[in-house]
Amino acid sequence: MSAGATDLPVLLPYRAPAPIAPSGLAAPVLLGGGTFAAFAILFGASLALAQVTARPAGEGATTVLLRWAPLIFQGFLFNILISFLSMALGTLIGVLVGIAQVSLVAPLRKTAWGLTQFFRNAPWLVLLFYAMFLLPFEFRVFGLTIAFPAWVKAIIGLALPVAANVSEIVRGGVRSIPSGQWESAEALAFTRRQTMWMIILPQAFKRMIPPWMNLYAILTMATTLISVVGIQDGLTITRAALVAESRPELMIPMYTLLLLMFFAYCYPIARATMALERRFNVKA
Amino acid sequence: MASRHQLGEPVVVVAGVEKSFGSFKVLKDVGLIVRRGETVCIIGPSGSGKSTLLRCINGLVPISKGSITVAGREVNDPRLDKLSLRRDVGIVFQQYNLFPHKSALQNVMMAPIHVLKQDKAEVEERARRLLAKVGLSDKLASYPGELSGGQQQRVAIARSLAMNPKVMLFDEVTAALDPETKKEVLVTIQDLAAEGMTCILVTHEMGFAREVADHVYFTDGGLIVEHGPPAELFGAPREERTKAFLDKVL
Repeated sequence: MSAGATDLPVLLPYRAPAPIAPSGLAAPVLLGGGTFAAFAILFGASLALAQVTARPAGEGATTVLLRWAPLIFQGFLFNILISFLSMALGTLIGVLVGIAQVSLVAPLRKTAWGLTQFFRNAPWLVLLFYAMFLLPFEFRVFGLTIAFPAWVKAIIGLALPVAANVSEIVRGGVRSIPSGQWESAEALAFTRRQTMWMIILPQAFKRMIPPWMNLYAILTMATTLISVVGIQDGLTITRAALVAESRPELMIPMYTLLLLMFFAYCYPIARATMALERRFNVKA
Repeated sequence: MASRHQLGEPVVVVAGVEKSFGSFKVLKDVGLIVRRGETVCIIGPSGSGKSTLLRCINGLVPISKGSITVAGREVNDPRLDKLSLRRDVGIVFQQYNLFPHKSALQNVMMAPIHVLKQDKAEVEERARRLLAKVGLSDKLASYPGELSGGQQQRVAIARSLAMNPKVMLFDEVTAALDPETKKEVLVTIQDLAAEGMTCILVTHEMGFAREVADHVYFTDGGLIVEHGPPAELFGAPREERTKAFLDKVL
């Protein structure tokens, strides 16, 4: 029987759609603009709807929104701050663990591998709870009490999965360098450490940048998880505003406003990641 | 070219060397002697262990049995000072293996500065001289990606020479090159040999081997089947296997 000659229901293989614009920038930009416009239209429509359906014809929906917008934006900025700090901490730890993953010392390599796998395959929210409830709220060092506020614990909680992912990015980047580089460095009597820092990592670095940026965008969106553990971030403030106004019809415009902020921040990062990937691919 | 210059004391002595990868024996009882100033070519079919032998000589691949000495130093000794061995033995690979993130000049300068801890200005002067010697004075600032295969390979030769080695190993250095660029690399090697550098070449360039070598080894199946001066080995091979191989490639 020739292929495709059946009237039975079959599951066709998935074919990845052709890239939208393999060379030009125009189409993805339009696409991004389109997505943004779609959000804006949703936002406008929901706002108009809220305006007309307000039961006791009280304050206009736009007025309410404008009143809360600066506060929501402040909360959003706090999310960004958390994302910066978690990323910095996670990258610092992740690079070290990633390098340990390609170490010649078996116990070190295996420990690093185990840690990476454990934190990479754990739900972020669970890790966050872990950090929130297992870390003390203050440290005592030589009679000195150092407070350990919730937001610091949240940064640590988010940094754990980030570190594990960075560790994998580093390992993958190092592994992607051809073995001939190691061989010729060894033949020139470079030590393993010199080879790693002077020859392998500088080359692997640019291959690590796009996935690292991608991870950052994911982390930024995941920072809203901290609202679950009671930290005043953009999402918490939005929810509080809705509670304060107790106007259910404002729910969609308010959340959309927050979504727009995240989109406006994360989409350019995604675009830049794609552009970098393309550039590095060509240059390889 | 044979015996055109005075040959000195043995620099590389390989005796009874065996090497297995798992259960596969790549080298079975290989022996050869290379004297100072001598140019030795190793020829033979693919997979006969030629490249492995070269990698054993500078300690990139540990041997399973036997002994290799370089300038009186036992390579197989676990207490061996790898740094001093690799200072003495330069190797050039088929795939060049230049550091792509460094310019030609930096490629040549890196090891002397960071490994030998030599003075930077002095190293730079030497690197410029070496690159001029391989005909690349105008490419000092070029990155490997901007150079042709032949140019990259000549940078790789200069990079090895920058360590002032006593022996140079060439592992099929022209195999990845097109005929025109092949020539420029072969000329570079020939000049080196003429200056009295001790060279061991694994090569498929029979014409070149015949012209430049003082001594030729023919390997097959992990063994040295036959060796002798090029005129003898190419002109009147004694072994059937050598004949069969030469008939195929010449």
